[in-house]
Amino acid sequence: MDTRVTEKSPTYIENTDPVQRQKAHHREDLPGWGADVDPANRPAVPKERTPPRLPNVHWDQPEAQEAHVRVFHSTERPGLTPVFGTSTPPSGLSGRMRELAFRFSENDVRHWLILLAADRVNVGEGLLDDLAHGHVPNIFAEMGWRSEWRYNRAGFIKKALVAGAVVGTAVYLMRQRRKREGI
Amino acid sequence: MLAMNYRGPYRVRAVQKAEPEIEHPGDAIVRVTRSCICGSDLHLYHGLVPDTRVGMTFGHEFTGIVEQVGPSVQNLKKGDHVLVPFNIFCGSCYFCQKELYSNCHNTNPSATAVGGIFGYSHTTGGYDGGQAEYVRVPMADVGPTVIPADIDVDDAVLLTDAYPTGYQAAEMGGIEQGDTVVVFGAGPVGLFAAKSAWLLGAGRVIVVDHLEYRLEFAQRFAQCEIINFKEVADMAIHIKKMTDWLGADVCIDAVGCEAAGNFAQSLTGLKLKLQAGSATVLHWAINSVRKGGTVSIVGVYGPTFNAVPIGNAINKGLTLRMNQASVKRHLPRLIEHIQAGRIKPSEVITHRFPLEEIADAYHVFSSKLDNCIKPVLIPPTVH
Repeated sequence: MDTRVTEKSPTYIENTDPVQRQKAHHREDLPGWGADVDPANRPAVPKERTPPRLPNVHWDQPEAQEAHVRVFHSTERPGLTPVFGTSTPPSGLSGRMRELAFRFSENDVRHWLILLAADRVNVGEGLLDDLAHGHVPNIFAEMGWRSEWRYNRAGFIKKALVAGAVVGTAVYLMRQRRKREGI
Repeated sequence: MLAMNYRGPYRVRAVQKAEPEIEHPGDAIVRVTRSCICGSDLHLYHGLVPDTRVGMTFGHEFTGIVEQVGPSVQNLKKGDHVLVPFNIFCGSCYFCQKELYSNCHNTNPSATAVGGIFGYSHTTGGYDGGQAEYVRVPMADVGPTVIPADIDVDDAVLLTDAYPTGYQAAEMGGIEQGDTVVVFGAGPVGLFAAKSAWLLGAGRVIVVDHLEYRLEFAQRFAQCEIINFKEVADMAIHIKKMTDWLGADVCIDAVGCEAAGNFAQSLTGLKLKLQAGSATVLHWAINSVRKGGTVSIVGVYGPTFNAVPIGNAINKGLTLRMNQASVKRHLPRLIEHIQAGRIKPSEVITHRFPLEEIADAYHVFSSKLDNCIKPVLIPPTVH
């Protein structure tokens, strides 16, 4: 093996003075520059502080909220918290999937993957629920495409053309296939 | 009442739904005067946060007027105009006693890793949020803060999450006088982190993004240096060249799980969902900070796992700090900063939408249309 040096890299010696480096930059031209340099002015120094600077806590422990809807709790705690949200209780197939997910701990990836899958199922349930209530959702409006037309007309047209081409090609191929199969 | 209603990824609408009720003796009902769409709402909107249920109302940045209080509430009364921190916290658990309000153990039954948050999926407690005319505010004696008479409501609404999160990002960086701070992300939180870095005595502040209009805004708003990462071949080399080949003293991740800039991360994290979003910014931050430096993370990531160069972090002796902001502990100092004229959070508000146009508001913010930085929603009851 030829070990001769054909190209030599320049030597770089690091010797920056840390003190001078810190002193080099002052921005006293900026309003408020350095107002909180002193750690005493920093609200979260130290990062944990006991007792907390929090007036108005007139309880040793919060009263417990009554659960009037189904609320799942993590298996990494023994029960419900004393306060919780009651938005959109679990229902339908997605609700059963969420119930299954909450059999696994937060430490188990199955918990999260089942929840994500339930979210997708829930979208279909939402569409069916709309139709069952006689409401045909205006997907165009719900996706905010009016603003796309208003602020990004060229992009809107491009996306519409691409979508049209994809749908048109799919329809054409399906018709060709039907013709071949004599349907 | 009118309220935002989630229908699925990229689909929302405004609907009439029942007004919230007192469900716990410590609750208040607040009539919303302002609410914002936060960058982290976009992770919900894009369907990335587990247990985001169809029909939920989002919104964790809002101000409002107290309409009703529960029988246990002593420190809030009807008519008070309050800003409501996005954290729902009890004030008395182990973590609240350490001022870690974002980590409260008594307000979120669904997950132990995070406390309760308004309108942010069932993974943070299943509470409806403030993108509505009315909202239930639990633990009303400790969360809401009455807006001082000399604070504008547009400034106040940005103290509910975005500014405190940016400030805490800078503070967790442990900035010392003269430090070089790199902020990844020129959204509202990144802008506020950059501004806060100056308050903490930074010597240089560099903001990284790929949207030119946001970088130009950052330059004006935060008087910082800027980098468009689309024009940079290698982020770590670029930042080292800018910092005497040492690296930045502090790097702040104000982007989170939807970062652009690395094909493999975007493919595995965003398209194939093989990790909890794209960890591009974390990768850049760890590799661009100097040895012994600090990486501060406030960008939101999912609960499973991400591919990050943790070996480099060990070898470089880095300090990694991260958390959701504990808004309440930052409020007194940030209100002082506003009153002293050092900061003006509302300068980042670029768009105002009536609540009825919620779908357009989400789309404009999500797609970065019309040079949008921060959209505010105005409920019809305000008029």
